Amino acid sequence: MRKIGKWLDKRLYYVFTVPTIIFVLGMVLFPIIYTFVLSFHSWRMSANIPWEFIGLENYASLFGDTRFPLAVFRTFLFAAIALIIEVILGVAIALFLNRSFWGKNIVKTAFLLPMVATPVAIGMVWKLIYEPNIGILNSVIRGMGGPKIDWLGDSAIAIYSLIGVDIWQWTPFVMLIVLAGLTSIPMDCYESAMIDGATRWQTTRKITLPLLRPTIFTAILLRLIDVLKTFDIIYSMTQGGPGYSTETMNILSFRQAFEFMQFGQSGATLIIFFVIVLGIAALTIKLKSRVEVDF
Amino acid sequence: MGDRIVGSKKSKMIRKISFFIIIIFILVVVLFPFVWMLLASFKKNADILNVDKMFDFIPTLKNYISVFIDYSFLKPIFNSFLISFAATVIALFLGLPAAYAIGRARMHLFSGIILMIRIVPAISFLVPWYLIFTKLKLTGTYTSLIVCHLIVSLPMIIWIMMPYFESIPKELEEAAKIDGASNFGTFMKIMIPLSTPGVLTSGILTFIFSWNNFMFALILCSSKTTTLPIAIYQFISYSNVDWGGIMAASVVITLPIILISFFLQRHIITGLTAGAVKG
Repeated sequence: MRKIGKWLDKRLYYVFTVPTIIFVLGMVLFPIIYTFVLSFHSWRMSANIPWEFIGLENYASLFGDTRFPLAVFRTFLFAAIALIIEVILGVAIALFLNRSFWGKNIVKTAFLLPMVATPVAIGMVWKLIYEPNIGILNSVIRGMGGPKIDWLGDSAIAIYSLIGVDIWQWTPFVMLIVLAGLTSIPMDCYESAMIDGATRWQTTRKITLPLLRPTIFTAILLRLIDVLKTFDIIYSMTQGGPGYSTETMNILSFRQAFEFMQFGQSGATLIIFFVIVLGIAALTIKLKSRVEVDF
Repeated sequence: MGDRIVGSKKSKMIRKISFFIIIIFILVVVLFPFVWMLLASFKKNADILNVDKMFDFIPTLKNYISVFIDYSFLKPIFNSFLISFAATVIALFLGLPAAYAIGRARMHLFSGIILMIRIVPAISFLVPWYLIFTKLKLTGTYTSLIVCHLIVSLPMIIWIMMPYFESIPKELEEAAKIDGASNFGTFMKIMIPLSTPGVLTSGILTFIFSWNNFMFALILCSSKTTTLPIAIYQFISYSNVDWGGIMAASVVITLPIILISFFLQRHIITGLTAGAVKG
């Protein structure tokens, strides 16, 4: 018994990782292979009807109408607009807050709330705020003599309303990362600039922002990974509607599988989605290492 | 000369005041939805529907009573707590040793795989899981939900703890080993106690993410294992939207998270930005 114990202890690193390896194989690798195989079959969740091999038909039919291409487009549209605004606002607010003042910790805690609060609850409140007849947003607009806007019911603007919620929710994330990055910039960088008579704006542009570049890039990477996969806010507020107007790839694959029981079709969407997200992440990580080499 | 000093004092004052005005404006934008949630949860539905009574209303506890009695929210609260707690504990149990081994033995491939799991959309696991769990007759059970939550929790714990363990000097471990401690003993008696703040950080964060999880439960829970996000979501499927009830339910689900955030702010920020800022 003690011998076994000693033998195990010598190989502790492996003993420690084996459970996780088994978990990863069973819960990650196997499902991905399963989905891959499924995407070449037609199957509608019935015990009596076996899987039917149909080759690339699931993939072909995705491009047969505009629903899938539009979902891909919307995924990128959502990600791009949300990301750009979140980064600009987040960096600006972080630079603005980068001084010591009374109540700084309270402000930081407040910024934490939108990201940690339950997304479904957030979605519900925003639904009430956006509500065309009784929502406060339209009341304010009406008070200023503006028109009545159906924020979530109008298929032309629903997706932008959702992007708005994402910006509200995640700008603080960028801000907190940048704020943390700012504290790691050594003070003497500024001191020599001050002696040379640089203004605040000049030091920000010439010293702070370049030194922050790796931090900002990390924030973009982390945000990008998540924004492409936004699900809770969209599904709890519009379920992809009205029509298909807020359907991103995530929502589309979910609806294909669990609303229409087209598991083969959903598998094909998932595989494409999977490849796109991994591809973009890999590209960003590569770009990031280039930025870091610069320093 | 004196004028200039007074002038600069004045402009300093103006700058200070405008700084605080901007901060208050930002805070209002950030906090408004929460305030609105809280206000609406104390309104009668008639007051919510009446635009003139946005701020002028008589508060009522009716919504909270109906949340707990008519919608029997105690069960989902229990379910959410049980699932999040179990997922967090299991993830810590598996993840801490793994993070330590990956960090110390420098298994780059492994840490790459952990990162990949974080990148891959969780929904690409959900479809096969659903089919497999259906075959095993496990849909709607706590087991299936806890196992699925691990796919988020476990990588998160490993991701946060890897750099944490690496930052603890190796000399401490070596000293223990010279004193005759086994590798396992060193891990338990030196590494774990030294990394308590990290364990706390990763534990809180995985708990919050489990607590908030919507997508897995949407597919895998049954009426007996309904979690809080699903319970709230089901409110809007009724034809007559009970806004007061929804807002009270939203307060119930967000309150624990807000309390945790107030007391453990620094931990949550560290955890959320883990790996983002190095040195």
